Amino acid sequence: MADFNIFNIAGSAMSAESVRLNTVASNLANADSVSSSPNTAYKARYPVFQAIQSSLMSPGGVADPTQAANAAVKVSGIVQTTAPATASYQPGNPLADANGYVYSSNVNVIEQMADMISASRSYQNDVQVLETSKSLMLDTLKLGQI
Amino acid sequence: MPLLNLNAYLGIEPDALKVYSQRADVLAANLANADTPGYLARDIDFRAALAAAGSQGEALQPAMTGAGGLTAAALTTANANITADGSNVSTEQFLKYRVPLAPSLDGNTVDSQMEESQFAQNTVRYQAALTFIENRFSELTTAITGGQ
Repeated sequence: MADFNIFNIAGSAMSAESVRLNTVASNLANADSVSSSPNTAYKARYPVFQAIQSSLMSPGGVADPTQAANAAVKVSGIVQTTAPATASYQPGNPLADANGYVYSSNVNVIEQMADMISASRSYQNDVQVLETSKSLMLDTLKLGQI
Repeated sequence: MPLLNLNAYLGIEPDALKVYSQRADVLAANLANADTPGYLARDIDFRAALAAAGSQGEALQPAMTGAGGLTAAALTTANANITADGSNVSTEQFLKYRVPLAPSLDGNTVDSQMEESQFAQNTVRYQAALTFIENRFSELTTAITGGQ
C-alpha cells in the first residue's frame, strides 16, 4: 500500500471486470441476431482472466522481492463458446438459407445476466478497496498535523 | 542529556502499520483475482511478520539505554540500525495459502465475502495504529509546549 501498488492491483481488476461487462453487453445485444449459416452465427464471447505478478507491471520489469506477493489480474484473451447455433425454420426471413432455416446465436441470456451481476459485484468490491486504501493513505499523510 | 529515540518512543505501532499495509496489498490482490481461474488466495501470517518487524525494531533499543551522554560510537550504531531497519521486510516468507471453505470448480479459492471482511478488519486496525501514533505525537507536543 505504501508504494501505491494497491492502486495498480485494484485498477487492473477494475479494467478486467469492465472488459467482462463489455463482453456481456455484446453477447446480450446479439442474443437475437440470426445468420444464414451456422458458421457465421454469433457466438457468445468470454474473457479469460489470468493473475500476473505486479513486478511485471512495473516499468522496466524489475522484480522487487517485497512486491512478489501481490498479483494483479489481466485479460489474457477473449474466447468464443463452441456451443452449436440453434437452427429455426423461418422461410420468410430474408437471411434464410435454401432450406428456409436461419441460425441464431448460442447466447444463453440467463447465463449472461448472472455473469453481469457477478462482474458488477466484483467491480464494486474493487472500487471499495480503492476508496478505503485512498482514505487510509490520506489519513497517513495527515499524521502529526494538529 | 539523553536524546529521545523516536523509534523506541513510538513502540511497535509503526511496524504494525507496515505489516497492515502489506496485508492490505495481499487482500487487494485476492479480491482482484476473485474471478481468475486457478488463483489461490493468500494471506500474511501476521504474528510472524510482526515478530520479525518487531525484532528489527528492538535492535534500536541499546542505543537509547546508554546512560549519560550519547557517545559517537552509540550514534554510529544507531544510524547503522536505522538504515538496516529502513530496508523493507519481504512479506514473501510470511505468505500462506488460505484453506478454502468451498473451493470452486475452476480451482479459484478466493472467498470474496471473507476477503472483504478481512480487508475491513485490516483497515480498522490500520486506523487504530495510526491513532496510537498520532496520540503519541500529540503527547510529545504537549510535553514540548508544556501544555500551553
